[in-house]
Amino acid sequence: MIATGDRIVFKGVSKFYGETLGVNRVDLAIPPGITTLVGPNGSGKTTLMNLMSGLVRPTRGEIRVLGRSPDDPERLFPLLGYCTQFDSFPGGLNGYQFLYFFLRLHGRSRAEADRLTWQALERVGMTEAAERRVAAYSKGMRQRIKLAQAIAHEPQVLVLDEPLNGLDPMARAEVIALFRTLAAGGRHLIISSHILHEVDRLADQVVLLSGGYVVAEGRIQQVRAELDQEHPLQILVRCSRAEVLAARLFEQDHAVAVRMHQDRAGLLVTTRDPDRFYDLLSRLAVDGAVEVESVAPADEDVHSVYRYLIGTDGGAA
Amino acid sequence: MSRQQGLQLWSAQTAAILRLELRRILWSRRAIPAWLLAASPVVLFGGHSLAAELGWSQCRGREDLLIWAATFQTYYLRLAIFFGCVGLFMNLFRGEMVEKTLHYYLLAPLRREVLAAGKYLAGLLAALALFAAGTAASYLIVREHVASLNNWDLAAAPPLKYLAGYLGVTTLAVIGYGALFMLFGLVCRNPMFPAVLVLIWESVNLFLPPLLKRLSVVYYLDALCPIEIPGRGGRLFAMTADPPSAPVAVVGLLALSAALVTASALRLKRIEIRYGTD
Repeated sequence: MIATGDRIVFKGVSKFYGETLGVNRVDLAIPPGITTLVGPNGSGKTTLMNLMSGLVRPTRGEIRVLGRSPDDPERLFPLLGYCTQFDSFPGGLNGYQFLYFFLRLHGRSRAEADRLTWQALERVGMTEAAERRVAAYSKGMRQRIKLAQAIAHEPQVLVLDEPLNGLDPMARAEVIALFRTLAAGGRHLIISSHILHEVDRLADQVVLLSGGYVVAEGRIQQVRAELDQEHPLQILVRCSRAEVLAARLFEQDHAVAVRMHQDRAGLLVTTRDPDRFYDLLSRLAVDGAVEVESVAPADEDVHSVYRYLIGTDGGAA
Repeated sequence: MSRQQGLQLWSAQTAAILRLELRRILWSRRAIPAWLLAASPVVLFGGHSLAAELGWSQCRGREDLLIWAATFQTYYLRLAIFFGCVGLFMNLFRGEMVEKTLHYYLLAPLRREVLAAGKYLAGLLAALALFAAGTAASYLIVREHVASLNNWDLAAAPPLKYLAGYLGVTTLAVIGYGALFMLFGLVCRNPMFPAVLVLIWESVNLFLPPLLKRLSVVYYLDALCPIEIPGRGGRLFAMTADPPSAPVAVVGLLALSAALVTASALRLKRIEIRYGTD
């Protein structure tokens, strides 16, 4: 028996499809908040999601979703909603019926199923298309109705496989705002996405996958910090008198490289000890030696971390 | 937030499955062959009756009931209901795997046993609606036809108690073949192959040794048909076996069907969603 608490726990989980590896030796304990699964096609993202929702079973190991087994749908699905990548729907249903019957399968009364259906349609902006056949929906509308299906019964855990696919920029912004609202309520959101800059904006923590293995997990800054020695952090500074800052940095042993911007109003600093760099910058700013306009890590995003860890682009399909 | 539980939950879920499935089973393009098969004896005997009315045939009506009974046993039972059940029940799960829609059910808090039972029940209701209607309509056409030839003396027409017997046989056929083909749809990637094997097995039933005859659905159904067709037992090379009593035939078929539906539920519990590779 594995400890569970309020987490989604994978203990020694492997999944093989015949001789093909899905995921191998996965140990995870995912806390509430937004967790993104990052990796190229075939890295095991969808397999992990299918495992936690019981659509596939582990070859080895054990999984618990907030203490419940994925093998027990009657106990699991009241608290888990899954927006799959499968782009197919039961024939002949309109958007309303698609959600309403799903809620009836959840054992909701007619009145409650009706109320929750309209609530979910409203949350994804689909009330006007409710009476139209799902088969006639555009890609973006199908994506939104699947999202509505996942959230309709107000689950504690949301598993969302590439939920931003097919959405236009406006709809993406709305859906990301919805994710933030849901996560703020203490829910677990497990999201896979290959759009890494959106992952960066979204995620509280990331799980980086490659070839069926979890190569890193945790808060992105924490994962990045573990790579500092091998891949010193790059920091972008925009400031006045950049040459003063550059001169002071050359005296520091942690500074690996310093590159002046062409307009001489900024630096790209590569450092093995970001804390000492930030200390130095603060002192110079307080002393009035430089006037700082902005400071930002240049390679502390998921994209860079994945590139350093795997040597490829995590978002590549 | 109220949510039903236990038996109440399973009943509500079964009702939802029935509403979804009946619509899909009866009103999809896949159902067209089943509709045509179910309607075939109505067309056949309706046409015959009309031809007699118009004086295009010399029918006296004496043999019509026997012809209908022979048609029921040799064509309707062995081919129309058989293939109708192949089409309707094999697609309960196989069709959803091909269309990649089965996950709709598997992402609901639905015990897979309830799903298997609900889908089977939906298949039964759909198949019964079609084939019981076909049986009843064609029998009533023959009955009306014979009555009209006898100046509407309904006492001379085939009695309605026969119809009740044939409706019972139709129901049992749908129950038995339905359970078998639902299981095939879950177990086999191409269920047509085992379906053809079953058809061959059922077709050679007459020539099988008595012990093997008992392993056939049609052996029990034949024994329950109210009208005996002359000559069927005396065919060349046919092996004779004592027909089972009606209670043995009914209980045997129901028990066999229950075992097959249970096997389907067990199979469904182990099924994984890997569309395209399952």
